Amino acid sequence: MQLMEERLRSLLVRGLVGDASAYRLFLGELTAHLRSFLRRRMSRLPEETEDLVQELLLAIHNQRHTYDPEQPLTAWVQAIARYKLIDLLRRRSRTDGLNDPLEDDDEFFAVVDTEPAEARYDLAKLLQQLPDRQRLPILYVKIEGCSVADAAKRIGMSESAVKVGIHRGLKALALKIRSIA
Amino acid sequence: MKTDDLVSLLASGIEPIDARQILRRYVLAITGGILGALAITGGILHFNRTLSHEVLEPMFWIRGAYCAALGSLGLAAIARLARPGIRLGVVPAGIGAVVIAMWIFAALILLTAPAQDRAHLLLGTTAAVCPFLIALVAAPLFVAFVWVLRGQAPTRLRPAGAAGGFAAGAFGALAYSLHCPELTAPFIGVWYLLGMLIPTVIGASLGPRLLRW
Repeated sequence: MQLMEERLRSLLVRGLVGDASAYRLFLGELTAHLRSFLRRRMSRLPEETEDLVQELLLAIHNQRHTYDPEQPLTAWVQAIARYKLIDLLRRRSRTDGLNDPLEDDDEFFAVVDTEPAEARYDLAKLLQQLPDRQRLPILYVKIEGCSVADAAKRIGMSESAVKVGIHRGLKALALKIRSIA
Repeated sequence: MKTDDLVSLLASGIEPIDARQILRRYVLAITGGILGALAITGGILHFNRTLSHEVLEPMFWIRGAYCAALGSLGLAAIARLARPGIRLGVVPAGIGAVVIAMWIFAALILLTAPAQDRAHLLLGTTAAVCPFLIALVAAPLFVAFVWVLRGQAPTRLRPAGAAGGFAAGAFGALAYSLHCPELTAPFIGVWYLLGMLIPTVIGASLGPRLLRW
């Protein structure tokens, strides 16, 4: 478990400096831990677990600048997971699905749930609702895999505007998911 | 959407995170907030006309140090509460220690003063308006610190809002002290603290709405 913490932390730290393949591994492995964490706490809302897994992945991605590499990764991830779980249950005002979200889980990185899963909302449709200055950068860079420079040329925006568009667009998607979830 | 596809989407084409991005926001917020607070102190109120004499009094600097210490501790609380999973640690105890030190000092002043002077030491001439004026001067700092918190990911929204309000109140009191004619420890121990607590309570009550993400 300590090993898992170390491994995920080093993958994230590499991701923070721009290593996309390390970051992909980090998010992929983290997903299994998040799913297991949420399944055990949302036993009465099983159909909503995967929605929240994805909402959490977006939140973790959007807030990755708040991770301090000196800090235990478990503490950071669980604080976000707990916050989003409580937020969801408040939105529902249906606290009966809550088992014990306030307890930290010592076993966080010991348990996984890798069953491939799908959320109920359609991200592609949500993306359509974004303005072009956010939608196109996400479409080209994040979905089609263009470089920022190429995307900037195709859209006719500056590179920094493309980066800002991606950043704001992902935040806007997170808000949209929250409001429908 | 499949979760695996979302993971690919998020990971593709990522840019390095600039670690100075958060620091820049603090610098901007503190600078802008303090300038705003000084503008209210100098423009709406006015700078104390006897300031040139007052700076020779040790109490002028003790008052300033008191506000600055509480403001710094408030900032430390913001910095911790703004990041998920970081504990407040010794920050609340530090705030308590500074406040209690001022109270002990104030008690000594009151106990050694002649009985007929005590009311004036405690109330000065501006006790009735002081806390409200501090809250007014703190308003731009409050906005600035909420902006700092919104740029990060607080997970305990009431404490985070309270920390933002408290830091704003303490630095607001520091700016206000350039207007304020009161230089007694009992006055500062009570009315300045109340002034800081007004934005603290506002921050705690608005936190869940202002800071949600």
